[in-house]
Amino acid sequence: MRLVLEKRAERSTRMALLSPLIAIVLTLVTGGIIFALRGLDPLAALYVYFIEPLTSSWSIEQLIVKATPLALIGAALGVSYLANVWNIGAEGQLTAGAIFGSIIPVYFPEMQTPLTLVLMLALGIIGGMAFGAIPAFLKNRFSANEILTSLMLVYVAQLILDWLVRGPWRDPQGYNFPKTISFTNWQTLPSFQVLPPSIGPLYVNLGAILAVLAAISLAFLMGRTLKGFELRVQGVAPRAGRFAGFSREKTVWFCFLLSGGLAGLAGICEVMSTVGQLQPGISPGYGFTAIIVAFLGRLNPIGALVAAFALAISYLGGESAQVALGISDKTARVFQGILLFYILACDSLILYRFKLIGLSAAPVESRA
Amino acid sequence: MNDQLLSIILTIITASTPLLLASIGELVVERSGVLNLGVEGMMAVGAVCGFGAALTTGSPLIGILAAIAAGVLLSLLFGFLTLTMISNQVATGLALTLLGLGLAGLIGESFVGQPGVKLQNLDIPVLSAIPFIGPILFGQDLLVYVSLAIVAGVSYVLFRTKTGLIIRAVGDSHQSAHALGYSVIGVRYLAVMFGGGCAGLAGGYLSLAYTPQWVENMTSGRGWIALALVVFASWLPWRLAIGAYLFGTITILGFSLQAIGIGIPSQLLSSLPYIVTILALVVISGNRALTRANTPACLGQPFVPDR
Amino acid sequence: MKIWMAMAAALALSVSTGAVQAQEKLKACFVYVGPVGDFGYSYQHDLGRKAVEKELGDKVETVYLENVAEGPDAERAIERLAREGCKIIFTTSFGFMDPTIKVAAKYPDIKFEHATGYKKADNVAIYNARFYEGRYVMGQIAAKMSKAGLAGYIVSFPIPEVVMGINAFMLGAQSVNPDFKVKIIWVNSWYDPGKEADAAKVLFGQGADIMVQHTDSTAPLQIAEEQGKLGFGQSSDMIKFAPKAQLTSNTDDWDPYYIARVKAVLDGTWKSEDTWGGMKDGMVVLSPFTNMPDDVKKMAEDTVAKIKSGEFHPFTGVITKQDGTTVGEAGKVLPDSELLGMNYYIKGVDDKLPQ
Repeated sequence: MRLVLEKRAERSTRMALLSPLIAIVLTLVTGGIIFALRGLDPLAALYVYFIEPLTSSWSIEQLIVKATPLALIGAALGVSYLANVWNIGAEGQLTAGAIFGSIIPVYFPEMQTPLTLVLMLALGIIGGMAFGAIPAFLKNRFSANEILTSLMLVYVAQLILDWLVRGPWRDPQGYNFPKTISFTNWQTLPSFQVLPPSIGPLYVNLGAILAVLAAISLAFLMGRTLKGFELRVQGVAPRAGRFAGFSREKTVWFCFLLSGGLAGLAGICEVMSTVGQLQPGISPGYGFTAIIVAFLGRLNPIGALVAAFALAISYLGGESAQVALGISDKTARVFQGILLFYILACDSLILYRFKLIGLSAAPVESRA
Repeated sequence: MNDQLLSIILTIITASTPLLLASIGELVVERSGVLNLGVEGMMAVGAVCGFGAALTTGSPLIGILAAIAAGVLLSLLFGFLTLTMISNQVATGLALTLLGLGLAGLIGESFVGQPGVKLQNLDIPVLSAIPFIGPILFGQDLLVYVSLAIVAGVSYVLFRTKTGLIIRAVGDSHQSAHALGYSVIGVRYLAVMFGGGCAGLAGGYLSLAYTPQWVENMTSGRGWIALALVVFASWLPWRLAIGAYLFGTITILGFSLQAIGIGIPSQLLSSLPYIVTILALVVISGNRALTRANTPACLGQPFVPDR
Repeated sequence: MKIWMAMAAALALSVSTGAVQAQEKLKACFVYVGPVGDFGYSYQHDLGRKAVEKELGDKVETVYLENVAEGPDAERAIERLAREGCKIIFTTSFGFMDPTIKVAAKYPDIKFEHATGYKKADNVAIYNARFYEGRYVMGQIAAKMSKAGLAGYIVSFPIPEVVMGINAFMLGAQSVNPDFKVKIIWVNSWYDPGKEADAAKVLFGQGADIMVQHTDSTAPLQIAEEQGKLGFGQSSDMIKFAPKAQLTSNTDDWDPYYIARVKAVLDGTWKSEDTWGGMKDGMVVLSPFTNMPDDVKKMAEDTVAKIKSGEFHPFTGVITKQDGTTVGEAGKVLPDSELLGMNYYIKGVDDKLPQ
C-alpha cells in the first residue's frame, strides 16, 4: 500500500481555505508533544507561542515592524518567481539599499527637511535596483545563472557595508566602533497612530504603510494588467510567451528591478527605523526569510502580506517562549521549521488529493 | 619557500574538501531534477551527529557513519515533503535549513566545550615521506580521498552507466522517463538520500577532521557555497572539483596575502572568492550550448504523472 | 486587516488585565549576541548568569535571550525583557548600545547594564574588562617562548578593543625581545572554526611558531597542537583542546561582577557606574601557565602581580606609534578615553591597520 498524491481536476477552493487550518492543527499537536517532552505544559506553551504575541498593542506593533520588510520583499519576490526569475539575493539588494539611502545622513548630516526622508527612501530603492541590475545584466548578456550570481552578491554587499562602516563612514565620535552617526528627525521614519487610544493605541511607521501599498499595487499589477498576464505566461509556459512576443530579457530586467527596488526600500526602512544608523548588522536575514514568505503566500502579493505576519508571529512567539518558558532559541527554531513544513505540505492539498495505491483505488481524501 | 607552498597547498585541500563533499551530493540531487536548498541544515546535523558518535564511541569512523546517516535521515524528510507531498522545493529546502540548524543546536547542547576525536591523516608509509609530493598525495585524511573517489564515481555513473542515464532522464524529462517505465519518484528519493549523505559527510568532515569540535553555526554558510558551486560547475562533476578547489585556493591565498602584510582591505580579500566565482560563471556561461546541455530541464519542478 | 487588528487589540485589553503582578523573586535578565553554545563570548556571559543563580539562590530568577542579532531585533528583545518584569537587564554586546539607551529611557525604574559600550544614563551602567592586561602578559610569554621571534595573530574586526589587544601584546613582547614580530590575519568573523583554522595554518606556514587569537573558537589552538606549535586561548580556558600547546588563556570571568550588581539591586544600592575591571577585580583571569619553563612562568606571574597591585600598567607613556609619532607623557598611564578609541598600531607592528 502506498500513499500518492493525485492531481485534482481544478484547484480546490475549499482546500485553499482549509489547508492553513489543517497545518495549524497539525503544528499545534506536534508542538504540544514537543513541549510536553521538554517537560512544559503544552497548552500554556502554545498560548505563549501563538496567542500572546497578539495580546498587547506593543507586541502587535512589534509584529508589524517584523513583518514589514518580509512583506515588502516577499511580495516582489513572489512576482519574480511566478515569472520564473529566481532572485534569491534580496538580502544583498536590501543591504545595497541601506547603503545608498544612508549617503544622505552620512554626507549631509545637516540636511533636515521632509525632502531628506523622500531622498533617502528614493536612494534606497535605487540602490536595491542597481544591485539587482547586476544579476539581471549577467543573466541577459552572458546567461549567467541568476540564482548563483544573486546569492554571491549578497556576500559582496555585506562586505562592502562592513568596509564602509569600519572605514570611511565611521562615526568620528564613536570611539572607532563600526557604525555611522545616529540618524535623527527627518532621517528616520515617521510613525502614525492607526488605532485610537481607546482600543490601542497602535502606532505603525511609514515602512509598514508602504509595504501594504506595495502589496496592493503588485496584486493589481498581477491581477488586472497586461504586464501581469505577461509575467504569468512566462512563468507557466515560457514557449507560449515567446510566441506571444513577450521579451524574456525585459521580464528579467523588470523582475530584478522590482524585487531589488523593494528589497532596497526594506533595507533603508530598517536603517531608518529599528536600527537608527548604518552598522554591520542591519538585517537578521530578512532577504532570505522573505523567500519563504513568498512561497507561503503562494506567490501572491496579498498572500505575502499574510504570510509575513504569520512568520512574524512564529519569530516573536519563539522569543516570548524563550523568556516565559525558558526554552532555548534552538527549540523555537525547530518548532518554526516544523510549522513551515506543515504549511507547505498542506498547501499541496489545494492542487492534489491523497490516494492510496494498493488495497483500493478509490481516492481517500485528507488522510494526513 | 617550498615549505610555505606546501603548507598552503595542504591548507587548500582541507578547506576545499567539505565544499566538494557537500556539492557533489547536491549535484546528483539536481541532476535528478530536485533542488534541495537545505544543504546547510543537513551539514550542521551531520556535523553534530558525527561529533557526538565519535565522542561517545571513540571511533572517528563510527562518527563518519553517523554523520552520513544523520544527513540521509534529514534528506528523507525533505524527500517526503517535496516528492510525496509535492511541496515547493525552494521553500522546503529553506525550511530544512532552519530546522537543521536548530536541531543541530539542540542535539549538541551537551557537546559544547568538549574536544573531539580527530580523524587522523593516513600518512601512507614510505610514500608520504617523499618530499613535497608525498604529504600532498599520500598524507591526507581518508575523507579527502573519499571526496575525490566520489567525484570520480559520480562522473562515471552519471555518464557511463545505465543508472546515470536514468538519473539524467528523470532530471531532464520526468514525463518521458515515467512513460518508459522508470519510477521517477523512486529515483529522486535515492538521489535526495545520496545528497543528504554527502552533506552529512561534509558536516562530519568539519567536526571530525577540519576542526575536531562542535560549536553552533560551525558550518558558517558552507552549505550555501556548495549550492552555488553546483551551478558554477554547470552540473559536471570534474568541473565541480575544480570549482571547489578554486574557491578554497582563493580563500587561502587571501589569508596568505594578508599575512604577508600588504595593505588591501581584508573585506575585499574576503569577498574575492565570491567575485571570482561570479566572473568565472560569466565566462563559462558565455558558452551557452554547454550550459544548456547540462542544466537539468526539470530542475525544481514537481513530478505528478500524467494519466 | 484593520478590523482584524482592532479585534486583536480588543482581545489584548481583556487579557492584559489578568497579567501577572510583580513577583517576589528579582528577575535578572541577559541578552546574548551569540548562542550560549559558542564556547566563547556568550558562553562566558552565560556562566556569569549561572553563577548569579547559584550564589543568590531563590532570591533571584534569571532569564536570557540568545542569538539576538545586532540590528533590528535588538531593541525589541531588550524591551520584551523590560516588559516581562526584569529588574536588571544585562546587554552583553557592543551593538546593543543604542537600543539599550532607547529602552532604558522608556523604563526608568529598571536597571540596565551594557557591556563594552560608552553611552551611560541614570539607569544604564556600563562595564567592560581590561583584556589588554592579559594580552600584555601573553606578549611577554610569546617573546620568551618563540624561537622564530614571530607570532601569528588571528583577529576578527578592527575595533579598538582588538587593536588595543594587539598593541598590548606587542608592548609585552617588545619588553622581552625588541625585535619581536607579528603577522596578522583578519578573518572578518568572531566565530568561524574553519576559517580560523585556515588562518592558523597559513600563519604557521609563514614561519610563526606561536598563535594568538582574538576570535572565539578553539580551532587555532587545535592546529597549534597538531603541528607541535604553541598558542594562547581566548575567552574560555581551552586547555582540554590543546593540552600540549596552550600556554595560558585570556579568560573573561563575569561571575563576580554579575553577582555584585544583582546584589546591589537587591540591596537597593545600585548606581549607574562605569566599570572597567581587570585582573585586580577578577574580571580578567589568565588560566594556569602551562607548557613553559619555570623562569618564564615566574616572569609571567610577576607581571600579573604587578598589574594587580597597580604597580605596572601596560600602556604607560611614552608610546611610539607605527608612524613614528608618540602618545602619552613619560611615566604616565594613558587615559582610558585614549585606550577606548585606539585606532593605531604601535611601532613594530608590520601590518597596516584597516582604516
